[in-house]
Amino acid sequence: MSGLEPIQPVLLARRGKPNSASLETYLADGGYASWKKILGGLASGEWTRAKVTDLVKASGLRGRGGAGFPCGMKWTFVPPTEKRGDKPVYLLCNADESEPGTFKDRLLMEVDPHQVLEGMMLASFALDVKHAYLYIRGEMVHAAEILNKAVSDLYAQGLLGTNVLGSGLDLEITIHRGAGAYICGEETALIESLEGKRGQPRIKPPFPAVSGVWDCPTVVNNVETLSCVKHIVDRGADWFKSIGRNEKNTGPKLYCVSGHVEKPGVYEAPTGIPWEELLALAGGVRGGRKLKAVIPGGSSAPMLTAAEIAGVPMDFDGLVAAKSMFGSAGIIVMDETTDIPKAVTNIAKFYAHESCGQCTPCREGTPWMHKMLKRIVTGEGKRSDLDLLLQIAGQMGNGMTICVFADAAIAPVLSGVTKFRGEFEAYIDKSTQPEFETPAPSDITAAVADRPAAGIHS
Amino acid sequence: MSGGANLPVAEQAGNPRAGEHGALSCGKALTFSGGTQADFDRLLSRYPTKQSALLPTLWLAQREWGWISREAVDYVATLLDLAPAFVWGVVTFYTMYNRAPVGRHLIQVCTSISCHLNGAGEVYTECRKRLGGLKPGETSSDGKFTVVEVECLAQCDKAPAVMVNDDDYAVITKDKLDSFLEGLK
Repeated sequence: MSGLEPIQPVLLARRGKPNSASLETYLADGGYASWKKILGGLASGEWTRAKVTDLVKASGLRGRGGAGFPCGMKWTFVPPTEKRGDKPVYLLCNADESEPGTFKDRLLMEVDPHQVLEGMMLASFALDVKHAYLYIRGEMVHAAEILNKAVSDLYAQGLLGTNVLGSGLDLEITIHRGAGAYICGEETALIESLEGKRGQPRIKPPFPAVSGVWDCPTVVNNVETLSCVKHIVDRGADWFKSIGRNEKNTGPKLYCVSGHVEKPGVYEAPTGIPWEELLALAGGVRGGRKLKAVIPGGSSAPMLTAAEIAGVPMDFDGLVAAKSMFGSAGIIVMDETTDIPKAVTNIAKFYAHESCGQCTPCREGTPWMHKMLKRIVTGEGKRSDLDLLLQIAGQMGNGMTICVFADAAIAPVLSGVTKFRGEFEAYIDKSTQPEFETPAPSDITAAVADRPAAGIHS
Repeated sequence: MSGGANLPVAEQAGNPRAGEHGALSCGKALTFSGGTQADFDRLLSRYPTKQSALLPTLWLAQREWGWISREAVDYVATLLDLAPAFVWGVVTFYTMYNRAPVGRHLIQVCTSISCHLNGAGEVYTECRKRLGGLKPGETSSDGKFTVVEVECLAQCDKAPAVMVNDDDYAVITKDKLDSFLEGLK
């Protein structure tokens, strides 16, 4: 253990408070102080758009949706006013949290909707946005209701709308519900979906910052990212950096711990907390059992064995160094009783179901992988299946498709089969299926020679 | 594809969320009620293009009629100046638009990884068994229950997680199934 002090909750400060989601509670806790401060400082020039962006850049805030891209830098990709013509800039808050093992954004929206809304408002100011949208998963019906109530309270109080608090600034926020499609968490798929289409990712470039929703410059930020923005403007970049564990991984972070732990839940800790400390927060492995494997960043992250995750800092760079990824901080813990082939099959089924169908390697590859894994765990596998599976997985990712969904789909399969191959082989050993015999080349030649000549050229 | 087109045909049988060849007819012409029409008008004012209101308009249609029929597709297409085939293409892409009537309680059992690790597969099978041996997506003969399997509900700390209509239910283990189902009747 590092002796790291547990932090006062920042993002989850209102968890457990009565009426935590109400505007009154938020205002009583000093909420919207930054929003009012900025609007009040417009005339004097005390607050400028660049000042907010600079703060976020200086804070080192990295996107909490999965990619870990520096948030402030993403904002600077929006073309300057003179190059935009009459096109407005849009901010989209990505609340399509659907990565298996991830449940932090839901909590943030249900417990403290005003925190993310203020983050959106401050980001909208920085980016010169007049209308921001929050795209929420269709399944999160109650969170959407809570957000809609929060937004209508803001309009009623004059904190949103036209000429907000007499500042001359206009800002609209609309809550937009998805309808059930994992891929809409991918930012260009989210844009397509918001435009009223099937959520199929776009080819990049152009990047959304240049041409996104309705062909306008668009910034897409995750719920937790925007919630952090509120605190950065409140308390400054240095304060934010002081929480992180190292210079490249700053600020408070929400860790979603699920699976075989004593106390599954969302834990707030400094970014970069070591694995052992995080596991201790969640009460350790269920029933005092031994740890077998961990998926450290949502189901798209390669799984790590107990030995591989020992001592790893749970942040963007620490998990890359461990050859996995931090992703959405959905940490799925598997104890020694876990049937890894069945777990991998379960994840493969998810991706087969959720492929958007645009690119052949993904549309065809994901059900193939699931079908083969299913055949193995139901006792009908063949020894050659494992290599074939790895071969198929190897042909799907690395730029073969428009988006990284295929890479996400193969990560659990490649890591699971490679690291726990013996368990897959044990299933295959019990199989009664005959091996497919590869015909010798001479037999193929003979078979071809025997065929009657009947071709389109004859 | 999203919506289950990638699942083997056998697993789609009778699934109201996996329509096959075009929308089912509900047998009558449809128009929004006054309240829904007002909600629709408000929606249109929130987007720079009419088409962007498609998903929310389909939600309104489902709220009004319970599922998306051929007539609902045609009606929504007319409202938004879109081709019905395009609207149907959107409906089938997303899993949450019902393509056939569902039971009064639409039981949605999450079977994704964290729930799987906590016995969700068994809960899904057992739930259907206790409701008279319902097939995946099938509605009970009294019209009360439809049971479907869904992907991660972002309730992984409350595994196995279940949704009934719009409500979230936590830690529905096999042992708790009887009291859970009793509570729905």
